[in-house]
Amino acid sequence: MLSDFRTWALDDNANSRRQAAWGRRYRVWLALKGNPLAMIGLVIIVACVALAVLAPVLAPYDPAMQELGNRLAKPSVAHPLGTDELGRDILSRLLYGGRVTLGMVIAVVVLVAPLGLAVGAVAGYFGGWVDTCLMRVTDVFLAFPRLILALAFVAALSPGVQSAILAIALTAWPPYARIARAETLTIRGTDFIEAVHMTGASSWRIVARHVAPLCVPSLIVRVTLDMSSIIITAASLGFLGMGAQPPSPEWGAMIATAKRFILDQYWVALSPCIAILMISLAFNFLGDGLRDVLDPKQS
Amino acid sequence: MTLNLKSFGSLLGSVLVTLLGLAIVTFMIGRVMPVDPVIAAVGDNAPEAVVRQARAEMGLDDPILQQFWQYLVQVLHGDFGRSVLTHNQVASDIAHYFPATMELATVALFLAAVIGVPLGIWAAVRQGSVTDQVIRVVCLAGHSVPVFVLALIGLLVFYVGLDLVPGPGRQGIIFEGMVPTVTGFLTVDSLMAGDMGAFRDAVHHMLLPVCILSYFSMAYITRMTRAFMLGALKGEYIVAARAKGLSSWTVVMGHAFPNVAVQLITVLVLTYAGLLEGAVVTETVFAWPGLGQYLTTSLMNGDMNPVMGTTLLIGCVYVGLNLLADLLYRVFDPRVT
Repeated sequence: MLSDFRTWALDDNANSRRQAAWGRRYRVWLALKGNPLAMIGLVIIVACVALAVLAPVLAPYDPAMQELGNRLAKPSVAHPLGTDELGRDILSRLLYGGRVTLGMVIAVVVLVAPLGLAVGAVAGYFGGWVDTCLMRVTDVFLAFPRLILALAFVAALSPGVQSAILAIALTAWPPYARIARAETLTIRGTDFIEAVHMTGASSWRIVARHVAPLCVPSLIVRVTLDMSSIIITAASLGFLGMGAQPPSPEWGAMIATAKRFILDQYWVALSPCIAILMISLAFNFLGDGLRDVLDPKQS
Repeated sequence: MTLNLKSFGSLLGSVLVTLLGLAIVTFMIGRVMPVDPVIAAVGDNAPEAVVRQARAEMGLDDPILQQFWQYLVQVLHGDFGRSVLTHNQVASDIAHYFPATMELATVALFLAAVIGVPLGIWAAVRQGSVTDQVIRVVCLAGHSVPVFVLALIGLLVFYVGLDLVPGPGRQGIIFEGMVPTVTGFLTVDSLMAGDMGAFRDAVHHMLLPVCILSYFSMAYITRMTRAFMLGALKGEYIVAARAKGLSSWTVVMGHAFPNVAVQLITVLVLTYAGLLEGAVVTETVFAWPGLGQYLTTSLMNGDMNPVMGTTLLIGCVYVGLNLLADLLYRVFDPRVT
């Protein structure tokens, strides 16, 4: 079955578009498999997503359940990672916190990638004043450090998960637009675009059906590399009290509360720290590997 | 050293447009804030007529474009309004806090460059080796840790555990107010005052935050140096230099590196801008009385004038540094016209 797929996908004379597309995907996968760091990253990410999705099943306790008689308990059999300042089980909070973090990341990417792609492809394809206007707007948003602009936005919108998502998205889209524009500029002059044009396709159709899809690989690399930065920004917002609000088990917010006990009860802060570190390191490993495979120009 | 005047003009024009955009963004942030500035000024129980009068006096009834124009004029005069929290002019607050952040960022950048550039060259020369892999992982880790995580771990290990560095803060309590403020850089001021005790204390307090900040910049600098060097080492002139029998030190440092240096200056300037962002979080952990802490304290208290002022200032510094990087590139690299 698998070897059938292998010979079918690696066939040099693909008989259908589907076969060619899968052949390309399979080759990317094979190249990625040869990179140990990328594979470690992928395994960690898959594991984390699984843990977050299955949190209600896996978590030994309700993440909000307080047990005030058992505050700041050391790790034990009953509480493998100990309890926090209200006697809540840290392991359960960590698992549920993964849902908050991953949810925020997915929401940001869903908002940002299509927006950046659209802005970049339109600017690059049409050129002229459209390009100038759109790129000036992009420059303005690039001119702020990400976290600081996000902080200011959240302050204006009132702290919370939704504001944090919106703020991070507002600060994250410009690089995507830049990349999409750069790709579009190289695609715009190619013969096949000229051919599509001659068959009478409208500009919008060319942008949407022929230019934008070709920008996707670069954007995927960028998204993967950006994931850790989004996670860190989200956690930093939480840490500064501007992201997810307590009692939400968001990792950054957990660290912010645990900071007060760090001198005596360091394990309360330690596990969310390690969680953030692991997941963002994993995304960076995978992103680095993907870049080598999908974007040989840069490596 | 020829600078194309026309391209310089268009560069300057685009910078001005960007700055205008910055002002628009901060203005909008100030407009959508949840706290009604009128209510904040006259209080919750003020009668309707007073509220209406105050609103008119504050110019909030004017057309939005006129309001923006007023804001722009004020900002250009260095007037960012007054902070509700400190009762000072935001501009004077910023002048007070900014040097502390700059001191941190400058020393961190220096350290990061001194370590990061050689590491990057080393990784590029030994591409694919174990050394390269180790450096790669160290750098990726630098990209993956939030600053506050590392700062907390640093405090835990070096302050609580080993007691090698003093705790949070910028100076020990006995040195507080002992050194007259001239430049705002505590190290420079204490040296100028000839107070070696205060100088040692200031350096001691800077040690941990600087190391942590510079690790993040180092990760980026090393990565970029490696990438640039790999590009340079592929050049045909490198093959020629090797064929002539030059030592590999001369080939790498004498022939490849100078071609990379210009790009590196750009990277360093941009890193400096990035350090401002890292400083915001680091300062909260280390109770460092800088711009970042000023910003976060104002944010917590919904004090919007400082938030807008600081955001705008940091944006301007960012744009300025970008412009500087661009200019340096144009001046020093003859290939760019």
